[in-house]
Amino acid sequence: MANDPALGELVDGIEAALPGVVRGADWCRRQLTLLCSLDDLVRLLTYLRDDSGALFKVLIDIAATDWPGRSPRFDVIYNLLSLRHNQRIRVKVETSEDAPVPSVCGVFKAAGWYEREAWDLFGILFTGNPDLRRILTDYGFDGHPMRKDFPLTGHVEVRYDDEAKRVVYEPVQLTQEFRTFDFMSPWEGARYVLPGDEKADDVKGEKA
Amino acid sequence: MGEVQIANYTINFGPQHPAAHGVLRLVMELDGEVVERADPHIGLLHRGTEKLIEHKTYAQAIPYFDRLDYVSMMCQEHAFVLAAEKLLELEVPPRGQYIRVLFSEITRLLNHILNITTQGMDVGAMTPVLWGFEERERLMEFYERVSGARMHANYFRVGGVHQDLPPGLADDIGAYVGGLDKVIDDIEALLTENRIFKQRNVDIGVVTAEQAMEWGFSGVMLRGSNVPWDLRKSQPYEVYDRMDFDVPVGKHGDCYDRYLCRVEEMRQSIRIIQQCLNEMPDGPVIADDHKVVPPRRADMKSSMEALIHHFKLFTEGHKVPEGEVYAAVEAPKGEFGVFLVSDGGNRPYRCKIRAPGFAHLQALDFMSRGHMLADTVAIIGTLDIVFGEVDR
Repeated sequence: MANDPALGELVDGIEAALPGVVRGADWCRRQLTLLCSLDDLVRLLTYLRDDSGALFKVLIDIAATDWPGRSPRFDVIYNLLSLRHNQRIRVKVETSEDAPVPSVCGVFKAAGWYEREAWDLFGILFTGNPDLRRILTDYGFDGHPMRKDFPLTGHVEVRYDDEAKRVVYEPVQLTQEFRTFDFMSPWEGARYVLPGDEKADDVKGEKA
Repeated sequence: MGEVQIANYTINFGPQHPAAHGVLRLVMELDGEVVERADPHIGLLHRGTEKLIEHKTYAQAIPYFDRLDYVSMMCQEHAFVLAAEKLLELEVPPRGQYIRVLFSEITRLLNHILNITTQGMDVGAMTPVLWGFEERERLMEFYERVSGARMHANYFRVGGVHQDLPPGLADDIGAYVGGLDKVIDDIEALLTENRIFKQRNVDIGVVTAEQAMEWGFSGVMLRGSNVPWDLRKSQPYEVYDRMDFDVPVGKHGDCYDRYLCRVEEMRQSIRIIQQCLNEMPDGPVIADDHKVVPPRRADMKSSMEALIHHFKLFTEGHKVPEGEVYAAVEAPKGEFGVFLVSDGGNRPYRCKIRAPGFAHLQALDFMSRGHMLADTVAIIGTLDIVFGEVDR
């Protein structure tokens, strides 16, 4: 299972030092992701940063993923790099809209803006971040645009109004209907229902 | 008249300011001319690239990467195609790998020429920009000859590169980079020992190795602080492991050392380009897997199967197996990475872009604290930020 013996040893080391913290280890294309719970996150990251066998001193990135069909719906993924051992590792926690994630600003200073970004784009809350403002979206923006249920077109558009002499916000108006391309292959499971043919499946006389 | 008490005051730097390198709004708290706090407000160029990519096929996503950091275009395409190839477990043929490395290094030259010369302009030197941009234009001609576009090339593809080099291009690149050392010498003659340039850059924005790691620095920002770390050496991708080049590191971690690192990196890039041109084998430039790579147009005229593949790949696109991978390249500005999540469909489920400038700009506050207002401009210059990638 372990694709990389050095990282496999590392996982064993964590298990010995912090028993029960790592809930699982996912290997994908020789890259390792550790799963852990929200309560253990700071402990695990601190261990990974300081342990002489790990020394993951650089927080490369914090990525979030939205899985709306799942509960809890968000993944927060911490991407770490060890310059000393030339290794990468990811730590993943699951969270929901109202379960705050403990901030790791105290462990990695670089986390500040990444957490702001996750808050801004996904609405994931972080407790302990000293400056959890929006970062990428507009001042006064409403909603969290990277959530899967946020439309690609957004809700408002801006233009300069010459009469009001300022920029005004208006609801998005599309000149043609928004087209979602599902790209689904007609040979692989696309189910086209002809107009007027909706009851074709009911031919047995069963009531739906 | 008694002593005058001056309270701290707040000024707004940008969003339109010639030294802000784009649309940076910086809210600065000053005590006289000394910076007490600098709060960058970013996002003025936010275009929702990641959201858009979620709604596009893999081939349609590549052009967005040109538009992130619009001075190092191909390096970013590179990170994305590497991530997709890793999920697909696709091999790139050797010639394709060499061409990728060749153009990654041309991109590095493009980027560093821009950065070095504009950093000079930020502190008052006008001539380097004028000289440097002429060379950038020549390098962008190579872009144009290989891809048809000067800047937004859309040249890298999942599985290789779009087309082979046109006849004569390799010789022209070779002849051109042979003379580039002289140009770098000329620019260096204007800047490196220039008294004003040194006064404005030496001991400004000092970052220790420990701080650089804490703040997630990469690329020259890390190497300038005496950390010998270069992904091309430490985690080599493509054919970088066959290239013979040196990685320059700075000693003091100040703006001047980072400038010197960039100059030396340009000379090393020239070496890599020359090795690529000498060693480049013949053969295909893109993988021969027609479930992913479209067939050549000539084949479509005679082969029914090629026609079907073409139709399928340009309507539905190719599917990518389920999984999560992170792929990073040593872009000119630092580690540019793509975290790609696929649900097995033909569109990325999530594509998180790790832009080096984002991490670097975050540290502007601590780097400029206690410096003069004018030094902030030198620090912004040395951070090498482009808002296309910071705001995404």
